[in-house]
Amino acid sequence: MRNTTFVALLVVAASVVFAAMMWIHNGYVFFAGYVVLQYIVLATAWNILGGYTGYVNFGIAAFFACGAYSTVVLEKLWSPPLIVMILAGGLVSGIIGLGTGYLTLRLRGTFFGIATLALAVVAQTLITNWDFVGGSRGAYIIRPEHAPLLPLDYIQYLCLWMLILSVVALATARAIEHSRLGVGFATIRDDELAAEASGVPTLRLKLIATVLSGGFMGMAGAPLPFYVTYLDPSSGFNLSYAVNTIAMPLIGGTSSWVGPLIGAILLGTLQQVATVTISSALSLLIVGLMLVGFVVAAPNGIIGWFAPATRTRMRRLRGGR
Amino acid sequence: MDLSFNLLGNAIMSGILLGGFYAAVSIGVSISFGMLDIVNIAQPAFILLGSYVAYIANTWWGADPILASVIAMPLFYLLGVAIYTVYEISFERRGDTSLRGLSFFFGLLFITEVTLVLVFGVDYRLVEARYIGPSFFLGQIEFPLRLLVPFLVALVMLGALQLFLSRSFLGRAVQAVAQDPQALRLMAANPTRIKRIAFGISIATASLAGAVLIIIQPVEPSVGRDYIGRIFAIVVLGGLGSMSGTLVAAILLGIAENFTATFYGPSWSPAVSFGILLLTLAVRPSGLFGRA
Repeated sequence: MRNTTFVALLVVAASVVFAAMMWIHNGYVFFAGYVVLQYIVLATAWNILGGYTGYVNFGIAAFFACGAYSTVVLEKLWSPPLIVMILAGGLVSGIIGLGTGYLTLRLRGTFFGIATLALAVVAQTLITNWDFVGGSRGAYIIRPEHAPLLPLDYIQYLCLWMLILSVVALATARAIEHSRLGVGFATIRDDELAAEASGVPTLRLKLIATVLSGGFMGMAGAPLPFYVTYLDPSSGFNLSYAVNTIAMPLIGGTSSWVGPLIGAILLGTLQQVATVTISSALSLLIVGLMLVGFVVAAPNGIIGWFAPATRTRMRRLRGGR
Repeated sequence: MDLSFNLLGNAIMSGILLGGFYAAVSIGVSISFGMLDIVNIAQPAFILLGSYVAYIANTWWGADPILASVIAMPLFYLLGVAIYTVYEISFERRGDTSLRGLSFFFGLLFITEVTLVLVFGVDYRLVEARYIGPSFFLGQIEFPLRLLVPFLVALVMLGALQLFLSRSFLGRAVQAVAQDPQALRLMAANPTRIKRIAFGISIATASLAGAVLIIIQPVEPSVGRDYIGRIFAIVVLGGLGSMSGTLVAAILLGIAENFTATFYGPSWSPAVSFGILLLTLAVRPSGLFGRA
């Protein structure tokens, strides 16, 4: 399937989803749908680095919250349209990814993971000490009643933007898989030393993946202040973002764009239901247990259960080995 | 002038004491990450588990937290053995330690934390012992016993581990695993068995580290996260797997954090460890004392 066909199909699917949500016409659907869509973006973004190149990013909360806080800053300064805030959030988090990656990606993969883990703590420290964005007290953002230009409530408008972001993220992920870039990423994942020796510019490719991945996470975080209307460091940097975002691709399967999508829809919906019916702490425990269970028992995730198709594709990506 | 000298002296002294405590917290990762190449990012969660064991023993039976944690060490050792067994079968044999192995430990970290939240809630817990309140003075410099006791415990623990690693047969085998597991296999020793024992020991240290943690500060389940950056900054700066390096790096970090807290405010101190970690990784990844 060509990329353009794929994008067209995605847009159709997204329109159907949005139309269905409008048809149900229940505020809660949009509140819950926003979270699931946000996780589709986060999981797909994480997988661009984690699944394709094999480098684990634990600092999701940092990238996500920096996107959210860049919105807080812009709102206080000048309150531009949402699209500007989304792009700004992506830019900020992409730059953070570039910096962290440049310092640590030349070392063994685990060091990058450790650095990102610490990055989340430091970013939280910085935000907590920054009075302009509310410091540890947090910041209030007023959510407008209605969307600009469109006849929608603002929450519907936010949901629409998240849907657009998911389409963009999924299309990017799939385009990467089917490009030279994706083959380069796969060589890093499979044998970085051999890739380096054969002239693959590994550091540059890893930096590209980190920037793309971090940038999408920032974009996913940018609309958050309008969704929650009150943002403080401990909720913006909540560890549950990191656990969910890592669990979703690993449960769905990391080898293609379908995995994070399946994982995000499955876990996201499950949690929305479990949070309402059981308790949010318990639903997080379930996610943690599923994460450990899948990495131990089903390393190829759910798409690994439908193995043949994936395996031939992987083989093609790996150059017929 | 006199005042600022006192401030300086106190900052350095309590930085050293704090560093001893950090060494006790980091030593487990120094073994698992430094010698066995197992990136156990869940260690802070196990340390907190140790804190809560000490808390239960202290509030239910009035036991001394340190004594209780020493008694609990074999249980932590068994936990470590169990975790390593799963880790070895699922990740080391498949050769997938970086992506899924790391995520496995991340999952364990999260499960432990959420379970502690479910059982104990998010209230701060603390222990009582005779040495927690008082401090004695040497000239103008204050030595709080609350910091001095953990410092001494850390020294004893580091000394014992150093002796074990350098003198005992098993300890030398652990060091051999760190250097060349293949050669060890040729000597008819089983690297997996030795790694299992060593990893068990690394988790056992979490019991004692947890007890000193709850002596130093009140504890709630998410406190462990603050220690991830510290632990790895210390272990990397100390040159992976070196006991004396870990102590020196821990004391350096303790002093640096104390200075930051004294002169810029305590809310900045979590950023210090990350700065040190990034700087070490960028400038000298083998650490201060590492074999390059």
